[in-house]
Amino acid sequence: MAEFPVSVTVNGQARRGTVEARKTLADWLRDDCNLTGTHLGCEHGVCGACTVIMDGVAVRSCLVFAVQADGSEVTTIEGLAAEDGTLHPVQDAFQKCHGLQCGFCTPGFIVSVASFLEEHPNPDDTEIREGLSGNICRCTGYQGILQAVKMAAETMQSA
Amino acid sequence: MLLACPPVKPAPFEYHAPERLDEAAQLLAEHADEAKILAGGQSLIPMLALRLTSFPHLVDLGRVADLRGVEQANGSVRVKAMTTQAAIEKDASVGAAVPLLAKAIPLIGHFQIRNRGTVGGSIAHADPASELPAVALALDASIEVTGKGGTRTVAAADFFEGTWTTAMAEDEILSAVSFPTWSGTTGFGVEELARRHGDFAIAGVVAGVELDGSSVKRAAIALFGMDSTPVRASSAEAAVTGTSGAAADLEAAGQAAVAELDPPTDIHGSSAYRKKVGAVLVARALTQALEEARRG
Repeated sequence: MAEFPVSVTVNGQARRGTVEARKTLADWLRDDCNLTGTHLGCEHGVCGACTVIMDGVAVRSCLVFAVQADGSEVTTIEGLAAEDGTLHPVQDAFQKCHGLQCGFCTPGFIVSVASFLEEHPNPDDTEIREGLSGNICRCTGYQGILQAVKMAAETMQSA
Repeated sequence: MLLACPPVKPAPFEYHAPERLDEAAQLLAEHADEAKILAGGQSLIPMLALRLTSFPHLVDLGRVADLRGVEQANGSVRVKAMTTQAAIEKDASVGAAVPLLAKAIPLIGHFQIRNRGTVGGSIAHADPASELPAVALALDASIEVTGKGGTRTVAAADFFEGTWTTAMAEDEILSAVSFPTWSGTTGFGVEELARRHGDFAIAGVVAGVELDGSSVKRAAIALFGMDSTPVRASSAEAAVTGTSGAAADLEAAGQAAVAELDPPTDIHGSSAYRKKVGAVLVARALTQALEEARRG
């Protein structure tokens, strides 16, 4: 199979490589960029664990081929915290509100919520639940996650 | 132990990324039934990943700049095929001109899906449980399909032929969809039953009404998830037209809408359950539409 060159800015850093067309962005990030924070659960667009931000919007990286991402800017969970290690407000809120347990789904939730709050800075409960509906968590029962979204929204608004 | 080169899920394919629509049409003509269009990929890529399907060639329309954007003219909104659902959701002028789009699109998948999923892709995919085909059908949208010989227009009523099957030939590309704008005193409603927000609809209804004083002058109703294609409920439209839209009228319209349907049975609901739900959803969608119309 032919390989295609891809060039993607990942977390501010230019990454280049060649890929088979059928390789997903998620696999490319994990295998070729060694950014294993992006998790793969279902690999067919249901669980949301692989969510990344591509050209400013949250997408499921298992439903984008790496060749389609050529020329784009991608932010993964590794790119959210500040360089000095200060957590992103959403990461901080998930920690404080027990918004995670085993942690497998957490990168997808955090990336999704960070993007969701950019567009809905002051969401009500219904909006939050809809915003979270594309991510599945099997441990927490979601209540801690809901609290975390509210806390993060407050922190980000007062910042 | 980790494999040095982990397996990938989809079967191999040749990838084509044309930058112009005519190039894409040419590629499709060359590869005929061996090629599939890749639009937003939110339905196709899962099917490839699960190996429910495979194609020797994928033609990605993502680099065709001319397939993105919205034009409003001559009483309709023309949405180019690769415009994302999220772009329409965020475009207040489209929502004002075609309120059914604004009401139906938030029910498609989740926001992450709508950021990639396209209007044309959803309609070309023709999943019987999806929202946009029903909107197109209810509003008598015109669907433009382009082949290497040029572009032709297909009425939504003639477009959907079966599950994932449309009136498009193998070498044609859905290039745009025109949704008519309703004038007058109008209102619109969308109702859907799903296991959780964004899941496939067990049953759903889109409806529009136009009022003349206090009576219903025009109604448009389409159901989805109830058959192998979206279904236009002409008998329900006739039942409610000319009435004042009282609760009994809406209930009668709901019954009329499902009377001749034989919906599928699956793990989420039996055929009989879908019929009951469908009738209720028709009445609710009409209620929503009438309330909006009466508010003016």
